Amino acid sequence: MGQGFFSRGFRGRRRSQDTALPPGQYLVDGFPVLSAGPTPRTPLEEWDFSIVGEIDEPKRWTWEEFRQLPSEEITKDIHCVTKWSKLGTRWEGVSIDTLLKGVETAAEYVTAFCDGDYTTNLPLEDLTGGKAWIAYSYDGESLEPEHGGPARLLVPHLYFWKSAKWVRGLQLTTYDVPGFWETLGYHNYGDPWREQRYWGD
Amino acid sequence: MAAQLRRTLWRLAEVIEVVPETPRTRSLLLEVPEWEGHKAGQHVDVRLTAEDGYQTQRSYSIASAPEDERLVLTVDHLDDGEVSPYLTDVLMAGDKLELRGPIGGYFTWEAADGGPLFLVGGGSGIAPLMAMIRHRAAADSDVPTRLLYSSRSYEEIIFREELETLASRDSALEVIHTLTRSTPEGWAGYDRRIDAEMLREVARSPDESPLAFVCDPTSFVEGVADALVRLGHVPARVKTERFGPTGG
Amino acid sequence: MDDKLRLDGNAAAGSLREIFSFEVTSTHYACGGCGRVDQIGAAMVYEVRGLGTIIRCPSCDNALVRLVHNRGRHWIDLRGLRYLQVEDVAG
Repeated sequence: MGQGFFSRGFRGRRRSQDTALPPGQYLVDGFPVLSAGPTPRTPLEEWDFSIVGEIDEPKRWTWEEFRQLPSEEITKDIHCVTKWSKLGTRWEGVSIDTLLKGVETAAEYVTAFCDGDYTTNLPLEDLTGGKAWIAYSYDGESLEPEHGGPARLLVPHLYFWKSAKWVRGLQLTTYDVPGFWETLGYHNYGDPWREQRYWGD
Repeated sequence: MAAQLRRTLWRLAEVIEVVPETPRTRSLLLEVPEWEGHKAGQHVDVRLTAEDGYQTQRSYSIASAPEDERLVLTVDHLDDGEVSPYLTDVLMAGDKLELRGPIGGYFTWEAADGGPLFLVGGGSGIAPLMAMIRHRAAADSDVPTRLLYSSRSYEEIIFREELETLASRDSALEVIHTLTRSTPEGWAGYDRRIDAEMLREVARSPDESPLAFVCDPTSFVEGVADALVRLGHVPARVKTERFGPTGG
Repeated sequence: MDDKLRLDGNAAAGSLREIFSFEVTSTHYACGGCGRVDQIGAAMVYEVRGLGTIIRCPSCDNALVRLVHNRGRHWIDLRGLRYLQVEDVAG
């Protein structure tokens, strides 16, 4: 309304601010589910993960092959652009460094593609150096479909829309290709500590 | 200069009264400045703003008829809701409430649209259907109308007395209840969730080409719509409205 | 199931009314994905709370309309529609 109107007595579902959080964030209980489309239900027998694009030989793993790769336990804070944060979330997954081992590429950017029509774009260097994983387990259990299972991208240092659910692969590109939300007013990079939520921030 | 919208549609309504309907439901009687009227079935978006600027919004169907003096929203208190407990427990007469509307052209009915009408509602989904029933009464319409209404218990039937009164005065209006969790002693009515069998017994015949409106906070709305179509109703004459998590 | 997160086209009516001067939910569309013709009110709305609104074709899940409102700007993507059809005001 612009005139400083506020609803008397309304606090909303939030807790007090914590200085360990990026600007504008608040802590939540639970794990909100935000979905822009129907939940995909790819059977594991049909699931695969690929690395394609600017790469001499595209790589592909079936679910069984993927689960044989060395995995890590990851404990990280996550921050959603809708302002909720969760501290110390526990995941298990395969580091992108492992998946890109031995890959030489001229690409500087990556588009993560998924079941359904979701995509998101990141600089390649934001996926490497121990900063990103393909996660298949959350809080000790298999990742549930509504949270992106069988596997999702996990990039905790950026707003959580970059941690694409139902990920099926990475396309290495020399051009930056804005993804689903990035083409609709959201920031191209999304650093929570610089509060890069929207286009133009 | 950047392109700009011609108008913002949010305005401040004043709460005139908060009326308890059932232990968990309240009707908010509102005065909305420059209200241009609405059609039965339409809804408003309600927006709450905390002192630090945090905002959230939800949609609520208008329960009042276009002929009624005040705009009425009937809100069910959801235990883990963010907005509904504020509306049912905190808001009081004299407070202001930001809203925009009326909204919706798909799930609406006015007497001139004719009938017969078959209305199916669950819980707080009765609100837009009640607007239609109240409008029908105010317009002195004799369109044959049947309401199938699902509630958890007898005490939780919203608008129970008003529906009884309206139906007793009007032989063309029938109200059929089903109770899903508990029934009072001597209850002879339906005592289960609405299912295909019940619809087969209760729904108006497809030969009458009725207009069906189905409204419920859960996904059962699609099941009812499917069942009606399988009974022979034309899909274009079965309209659904579902409240999701936005109705919290 | 996704049922919880999916609403009728009516649910987006408020956001749509803010932008368009006509009543969108009773407007007819043709899907750019499968060609289905229907009213926007019958389409599937995904309210991605706080992020945006996505309206999908009930037959093929194609994103018909994508809406975002932030920083005082509306972002509107209609690429998933082949067309919208609106009638003149009566009289």
